[in-house]
Amino acid sequence: MTATFKTGGCVLIALLVLQAFAPNFPKVENFWGVEAKPRLSDYAFFTGNISELAPATNVFSYEVNAPLFSDYAEKARFVFLPNGQKMKYDAEQAFEFPAGAVIIKHFFYWNDARMPEKGRKILETRLLLKEENGWKALEYIWNSEQTDAFLEVAGASFPVSWIDEKGKKQSIEYIAPNINQCKGCHSYDGQFVPIGITARQLNHIENGENQLLAWSKSDRLALPDNFDPLTAPQLNNLPAVALAKEGQPSNAVALAKEGQPSSAARSYLDANCAHCHNPHGPASTSGMFLEYNQTDLERLGVGKPPVAAGRGSGNRRFGIVPGKPNESILVFRMESDDPGIRMPELGRQLQHREGVELIKAWIREMR
Amino acid sequence: MQRSFLSLFLLAFAHTLSAQPELEKQLQTLLILAEDGATVEFPEGSISLSNTLWLDAKKNVTLRGAGQGKTVLSFKNQKQGAEGIKITNAENIVLEQFTIEDSKGDLIKTQQVHGLIFRDITAQWTGKPKASNGSYALYPVQCQDVRIERCTAIGASDAGIYVGQSDSVWVTDCVAKWNVAGIEIENTTNAWVWKNKTYDNTGGILVFDLPDLPKKRGGHIKVHDNLVTRNNFRNFAPKGNIVGKVPPGTGVMILATKDVEVFNNKIWDNKTASTVIVSYFITETPIKDKDYNPYPSRIFIHDNIYSMGKRMPTWKSKLGFIFWWKFGKKVPHILYDGIQNPDWVDVNGKLKPGYEICIRNNENGTFANLRADKLGLFKDKISKNEKPYDCDF
Repeated sequence: MTATFKTGGCVLIALLVLQAFAPNFPKVENFWGVEAKPRLSDYAFFTGNISELAPATNVFSYEVNAPLFSDYAEKARFVFLPNGQKMKYDAEQAFEFPAGAVIIKHFFYWNDARMPEKGRKILETRLLLKEENGWKALEYIWNSEQTDAFLEVAGASFPVSWIDEKGKKQSIEYIAPNINQCKGCHSYDGQFVPIGITARQLNHIENGENQLLAWSKSDRLALPDNFDPLTAPQLNNLPAVALAKEGQPSNAVALAKEGQPSSAARSYLDANCAHCHNPHGPASTSGMFLEYNQTDLERLGVGKPPVAAGRGSGNRRFGIVPGKPNESILVFRMESDDPGIRMPELGRQLQHREGVELIKAWIREMR
Repeated sequence: MQRSFLSLFLLAFAHTLSAQPELEKQLQTLLILAEDGATVEFPEGSISLSNTLWLDAKKNVTLRGAGQGKTVLSFKNQKQGAEGIKITNAENIVLEQFTIEDSKGDLIKTQQVHGLIFRDITAQWTGKPKASNGSYALYPVQCQDVRIERCTAIGASDAGIYVGQSDSVWVTDCVAKWNVAGIEIENTTNAWVWKNKTYDNTGGILVFDLPDLPKKRGGHIKVHDNLVTRNNFRNFAPKGNIVGKVPPGTGVMILATKDVEVFNNKIWDNKTASTVIVSYFITETPIKDKDYNPYPSRIFIHDNIYSMGKRMPTWKSKLGFIFWWKFGKKVPHILYDGIQNPDWVDVNGKLKPGYEICIRNNENGTFANLRADKLGLFKDKISKNEKPYDCDF
């Protein structure tokens, strides 16, 4: 490296480099072999005024049962499938996608959550692109005029405020992820994978019709002949707010032992934690696994001492202490807003009050 | 060509940039765009970062600063991400010649990296050691072929240099001070820890096997030619963590690991337990992992030099209190909890071949078997008989 500096070519190289990058740093059009378009509008996923998110041909929206909490941001989710191509059903893993498919997720806040007609502000759009050799992520940040979003591999942070459903003004420094952070969650044995496109998340009634059956009918999804939405995996449908009102099983531990963990709390943990906390995910190091169908209580954290939690343990001894949410590390980390303590590590700055209440109630019921 | 590419660019710009957020963004962008074989140079100066610098799925990439104390990556104002630098799913990565400090969680965490060198790095939490410091300064986990050389780790509320669930590891010529644990090797196989200096920690060098982890068994670990001295610092780990149970004044601690050889070390002035060999039971934490083996075996402690002035062991841990109560100012240097797997003991009560605990030829190496299994720690049955452990392999 230093050797290059001493050569006469150094200045020339530097000039070339400067020229190559200036003025718009960085150039990533062909980065990773993906054709990364500089503007979201370049993909033509939406027709008309882009901020209205009216899907173009081959683009359709979807809903999940248990959404990931993202600082109370709302999400609008879409899939683009190349002409005539289908997704393939899988009971447990993410569905298989044809090359060229794109999963599109917009993050926005209502200006006033009590009155959606007052409009919204879209902040970022995340794309997962299926290439021949796997998935890639791209991040687009919206301009304040809401006329387009622009590629930003290194993420961004900017102030945002909105009025919440209680009429209270909220303000945060919103953080849009860099591309590596995407994989911080979207990882299975080190490979990039989608998270929400699973049977348990999509087995969901939308507009009076089961979403998976509807997709099968419209040739978007190849379902097995014996598919039955009643026996297929399904997380509890958890509205983003007011989770704690969901009914609790009377004995969460007994249900988990019987392999019937499909409570609201377990759905919440699956959606918010299990993408890392599973034996193939980035948190495999912790030995704490929170998948919806995990039946080993210690893996779930019951009576399990921390491994490398450091101050994340909050002076508590076990992941979950049955009956005692305030002695459980799980609750401590969900309540914290300290970057070195809070869980999930990424994508959350605010405490999810309703989620915390749900998990506390679940632990309180354990015996 | 590519090797010079990124660093040249960065250097060219670093001087013209006064805005730190711009620099942070550029650094992160360089890490994202780095092509295989690239060197990313961190410019000289103090760089304030608000988010983890993250490198994922790269091969043969070097991250290099202008030198320790010259390039200082400060995470004092960190807003997101638990780590300072994070490297994941990568091959042949070199990190060298910089100082990194004050992250909210770990300073450098590397996970699923095959071929990794940490060299000439100072990783520290500034100010007085405190529980609100992050857990690990240098933290390779689930890594293969790791070399940690000439690094300094200061102020970790868990372990300064912590190698977890990895294989084939060197830790050499490093300094660890003012951490709870100086160097900790955990559920790791084939580790060589030599020529390091660990001082003023709560515990100097720990070799642990813990339950509930994907990588079950560590072992084949050599700890030699280290200076392990004055590790008498108060334990400032948050409760719940295993190192929170290490008594101040611990030199070398071996917990439930198989095949550990500790030799040629200078183990001086560690006031509670110069060298201690224990089972997991000593932590008094229930074991739920059925595949876990809580007993140490094939441990060989030899040719170490022990010394300690007249100092009282710590009162601030149960173990330390027991030592104080039993031994006063004359705590033996080598302590064994004596809790044995009944399947590993022959009819004469001796550990069978393949499971031995051997202690031989240590200078000033006084010994005690606490016999914590049958007799209860407070009964006056501690044995100083070293004979059953005079062996080698």
